[in-house]
Amino acid sequence: MTATLDVNTIAVGTELPALAPGVITRATLAVFGPASGDLHPIHVDLDVARSAGMDDVFAHGMLSMAYLGRMLTNWVPQERIRSMSTRFLAITPLYADPTCTGIVTAVNGEGSERTADIDITVTLADGTVTLSGTATVAVG
Amino acid sequence: MPLIDPSVIGSRQPERVIELERGLLRLFALSIGQTDPIYTDVDAARAAGHPDLPAPPTYLFGLKLAGRTLEQESTWLTEHGIDLRNILHGEQKFEYHATAYAGDALRFTPQVTDLVVKKDGALQFVTRTVQVTRVSDGARIVGMIESVAVREPSLAQIAEGAVR
Repeated sequence: MTATLDVNTIAVGTELPALAPGVITRATLAVFGPASGDLHPIHVDLDVARSAGMDDVFAHGMLSMAYLGRMLTNWVPQERIRSMSTRFLAITPLYADPTCTGIVTAVNGEGSERTADIDITVTLADGTVTLSGTATVAVG
Repeated sequence: MPLIDPSVIGSRQPERVIELERGLLRLFALSIGQTDPIYTDVDAARAAGHPDLPAPPTYLFGLKLAGRTLEQESTWLTEHGIDLRNILHGEQKFEYHATAYAGDALRFTPQVTDLVVKKDGALQFVTRTVQVTRVSDGARIVGMIESVAVREPSLAQIAEGAVR
C-alpha cells in the first residue's frame, strides 16, 4: 500500500492522502472498547454517560488517534514513524463522520537522517476539529 | 474536585509484562477498519519484511490495560480522589524506537511525570509516561506519554447529589 510513494518527493506542503473511516456508530464503540483495551463504560453505557452529565455516549479519543495512525501507515511503512502526538480538543459524538488529514510542515536533516514533520488533524463533517497534533516520519 | 497532591509526581505504578497476541491484533485491526493485510495476515506481514504481525502505532496504549478491570487499571487516578466520570484524555504522545510484533513479551513501566493545575483547579492535568521494552533483549519499543484532564463535575451532577 506504500510501494508507490517516493519519499524523496516529500517536501513542505506535501499533503497526505486523507482518510475517511466512516460514520461512528454505537457498534463501532462496542467493538473498539474491548479491542483496544479501553473498558471505560462512559463510551458504551448510556446510564454512566448521563451520570457524568453527558447526553449520550461518545467515542474514545484513541479511536480517532488510531485512524490517524492508519492515515500515516497508509502513506509510509510504520517503521518510518518516529513520533506521533495529538491533543484531544473536542469530544467525538455518536454518528460523527471524521476525516483525517495531514500536511508536511518541515523537512529536517539530510540523507538517511532526513525527517518530515507533519501536522495531523481530525475534523468532523460540521467542521469541528477533534484532534490536532504532529507526527515525525523518517523520509531518508 | 480538590487539588491533587503534587507528591503524585514521580510515583510509579507496578511494571507489567504482557505478550502481544495475533488474535487481539486482528480484532484491533477490525475495530479501526484497518484493511492493510500486514496487520492481520502473517504471510502478508512476512512478505513485507516483518517477522510477524506488527502492533499498529497506537495499539500499545491499550495493551497495558489487558486483562484488568477499569478500576484495577485506574488506581493511579482514583487513589488521589479522582472520579473516573470526570476525566478526559487530554493529550497523547508516542515516541517510537522499534516496532513490536505478535509473540513479543513487552514490559510496561509507568510513572507519573507531571501535574498541571489550571483555572484554580477547575481543570487539572495528570501526565503519566509508560515506557515499553521488549523482554527478550531489553530493546526500547516506545515511550507513551498520556495526559488526563480532570474536570470539575457539572452543576447538574451536584444538583443530583451524584458527587460526594
